[in-house]
Amino acid sequence: MVTWSNFFSQLFNGLALGALLALISSGLTIIYGTLGVLNLAHGAMFMLGGYAGYVAYERTGSFIVAVIAGTLFLLVVGVVMERVIIRHFYKRPPEDQLLVTFGLSICFVEIVRYFFSSLSKTVPAPAVFSGITNLGFMFYPTYRLAVVGIVALALLALFLVLYKTRLGLIVRAGIEDSVMVDSLGINVDRVFMLVFGIGAMAAGFAGIVNAPVVSLAPDMGEAILVQTFVVVVIGGVGSFPGAVLGGLIAGEIISITSMFNPGYAYVMLFAAMTLVLMVRPHGLLGVKGRE
Amino acid sequence: MNADRLGNTQRPFLVEALTAAALIAAPFVLPYLNAAPDTVNRILVWGMFGIGFDILFGYTGLLSFGQSALYGTGGMVAAYLLTQAGFPHVVLALLIGMVVAAVVGYLVGLIALRRTGIYFAMITVAIAEVFYFVEFNPLAHWTGGENGLPGVPAPTLYLGFTTISFNAGWTLYPFLAFFYFIGIVIALRIVRSPVGAIFRAIRENPLRAAAVGHSVHAYKLCAFVVAAAYAGLAGGLLGVMQGFMPPDAFMFDTSGQLVMQTAIGGIGTLFGPLLGSAVWLFLQDFLQETLKLGATWKLVLGVVFVLLVFFLRHGLIGGIRALYGLATGWEKPAEPKDEGIASGETAEETQRAAAAESGPAVSATLVRHHASRSFTGPILQTTGLSKHYGGIAANVDIEFSVNPGEVRGIIGPNGAGKSTFFKMLTCEVPPSSGTITFEGRDITGMSVTDVCQLGLTKSYQVNQLFNRLTVRENLTIAALAELRGKFRLDMLRSLSKIPGLREQVEHTLELVNLTRRPDTPVSQLAYGEKRRLEVGLALASSPSLLLLDEPLAGMSPRERIETVKLLKSISRARTMIIIDHDMTSLFELAERITVLQEGRVLVEGTPDEIKSNAQVQEAYLGGVHEAAEA
Repeated sequence: MVTWSNFFSQLFNGLALGALLALISSGLTIIYGTLGVLNLAHGAMFMLGGYAGYVAYERTGSFIVAVIAGTLFLLVVGVVMERVIIRHFYKRPPEDQLLVTFGLSICFVEIVRYFFSSLSKTVPAPAVFSGITNLGFMFYPTYRLAVVGIVALALLALFLVLYKTRLGLIVRAGIEDSVMVDSLGINVDRVFMLVFGIGAMAAGFAGIVNAPVVSLAPDMGEAILVQTFVVVVIGGVGSFPGAVLGGLIAGEIISITSMFNPGYAYVMLFAAMTLVLMVRPHGLLGVKGRE
Repeated sequence: MNADRLGNTQRPFLVEALTAAALIAAPFVLPYLNAAPDTVNRILVWGMFGIGFDILFGYTGLLSFGQSALYGTGGMVAAYLLTQAGFPHVVLALLIGMVVAAVVGYLVGLIALRRTGIYFAMITVAIAEVFYFVEFNPLAHWTGGENGLPGVPAPTLYLGFTTISFNAGWTLYPFLAFFYFIGIVIALRIVRSPVGAIFRAIRENPLRAAAVGHSVHAYKLCAFVVAAAYAGLAGGLLGVMQGFMPPDAFMFDTSGQLVMQTAIGGIGTLFGPLLGSAVWLFLQDFLQETLKLGATWKLVLGVVFVLLVFFLRHGLIGGIRALYGLATGWEKPAEPKDEGIASGETAEETQRAAAAESGPAVSATLVRHHASRSFTGPILQTTGLSKHYGGIAANVDIEFSVNPGEVRGIIGPNGAGKSTFFKMLTCEVPPSSGTITFEGRDITGMSVTDVCQLGLTKSYQVNQLFNRLTVRENLTIAALAELRGKFRLDMLRSLSKIPGLREQVEHTLELVNLTRRPDTPVSQLAYGEKRRLEVGLALASSPSLLLLDEPLAGMSPRERIETVKLLKSISRARTMIIIDHDMTSLFELAERITVLQEGRVLVEGTPDEIKSNAQVQEAYLGGVHEAAEA
């Protein structure tokens, strides 16, 4: 039953899942905050990242190459998707944006199913991080520990982009007041393309980094998308710190509840979301600007 | 499909009759088209599910990705009653399932409708996912978990001498068709009722719907519950149809398929989901069986769907309508519109303005139904009214009072806090401190809807209209708020049966001089006409105090002359406060003028006093005036 080591191991699982959710949600939330588009294909992009990495790994046998391939592939997918389709939907009602991204997510899932079948695929953890680490008070899979570190680095990189670069300044300004940014003569067209690419890249990176922990399946993105929504609602739309905080909260809720009964993980997650909606309708760290 | 238009009374039961005829003809015609009866039945169930969803999404504008939760709930409750609880009556079980789904929908709606737009969509997704997991795990004992509930009995009808059993295929069809028909009849009544009209208003402009006095949240919840009831019943029918209640009814895919089918068929049509599911199931059969695509059919479908959203955003029915319109010239292309019409004066407008000059036949009174005349003293009074945004003071300590019947003008340079002051009066923004008294009642902190219901409303500086509705429909929405109060559930009552509605709308049309184009959609109006409609929306709820925020803004000189005339005739029967930058017009209209500067009242007096006031000249007309005198 519930022992201390069990508890700590779930706590770490929650941290790993939470960090992952934080990264994926950051992608979703900066896209939404800047472009005003809720990308329902974001979960499918997470899945695409995993599969792109899988292909690269099968060809080269190198995990590093797999990570780079998964990430870059999604950058390309994001940029192309923005240029070809999303761009035409900025001026259309939000419902149309939801419908078209939902349609795209189905296309992504079915394309992968076509090429790789519904059977699950696995990517092994890199040799450096294989095995189990003795943390003194418990044993824990090394790669899961590494995931926390890797994702933390990715979040730091995203933080630096958002808070230390000109692009990040524009993105954050856009989240606060997109009309104003438009009128300041900033080339929003290019910024939008980049932001969509970066957001997609975050999902893709998470997808490949997470691949050794789970097995890949074409419809794996759906569950992640739902969790990401909860994270964004809890953290506050358009808020990067909110996504990180919300991700960690959601990850821990899912893991800790699963220790007692996995069937209730979503119920608890949902209860937390409802509580936040009652107490702070704009999310824990949300701003009122973008709605 | 004229179900989308309000007050369609020419051929009242045409759509119903056609639906009945089509449903009766289907089993005789469709077999020749090689349609399998099971597929037809499935289409009916999806169509039923979609009627409610279309009311929610197509009419009210709320896109939910969580309808599977209610579909599954209704289905599971009915199936549980019939298979586990030994409940004998199929129809009654279906209705109980429907009621339970509606109740659950009410509770879900309470949470999901705390937020709007994108948030709403995300929350519904999350809620549906919870239902899925709850069904599978904690409630597996009742729902059969991943096995579902097999053995749902077929409905039977006892006629006294014989019993008809609706087993499967074409023998089940009449049972489902009957429910679908009832579902459509009720839905048509709903969309033609005042509630249906308000649903559309919420879709077009929720802020204005609230501002003219409708309880937007309550109506949204109402739409959500209606959709839940349809979903619950459809879920029950699914179990009956298959003889088995599948757990995958709860899956996200179910919600997704519903959304896609509705979008494919055409939203806001009620029949769109039926058509959409027919296309979907036909494509599935065709791609899988005939073209041997296997599982890839869904990819084709996804691509088709993306293209459809891209190019045919009103779905197939929308596309057919557009083609029909092209072929017959039925829906004329928009007349050349003059946005920001500084000089745009068509012959028609000149003519109309001339007509206005010769004196419009406007009787100036609208009957007020809810005015309380028991108070004495000023109709509106503010004490110490202030508004701070962070460190910026928009309004400081405003003492202001207006007597009944008065026409007051407010002037002041840009940034003087005029619009903020109006927003506080209509309770759109709460004051930082101070109180507002209207007709002797403290209204500080009330909602904009309640204040409008009391008889205080505003026409906006920037047009806030219901853009895809016609002029008459716009005014109907506003008049309904006064005639029915902020919330009433007369969902099955025809709009044409509301006493006094027609008169009030016609009267308002006359007041704002739009009688010539009552059935034109707002998007096709000229700017000046939109401005007058904006005033009309405020007038249609026959307020005792009307605030006008820059009613003349952006108008051509001729339009101004006409509008000033209109405002004069309107002002005969009511109290008005007008903000405008057009001094000449305002001095002509108003009996007294209040001058605001930097968020404070600078001075107040008759137009003549204001014109000759040195302070005003200095602060406001300042240099220009001196230059003119020099």
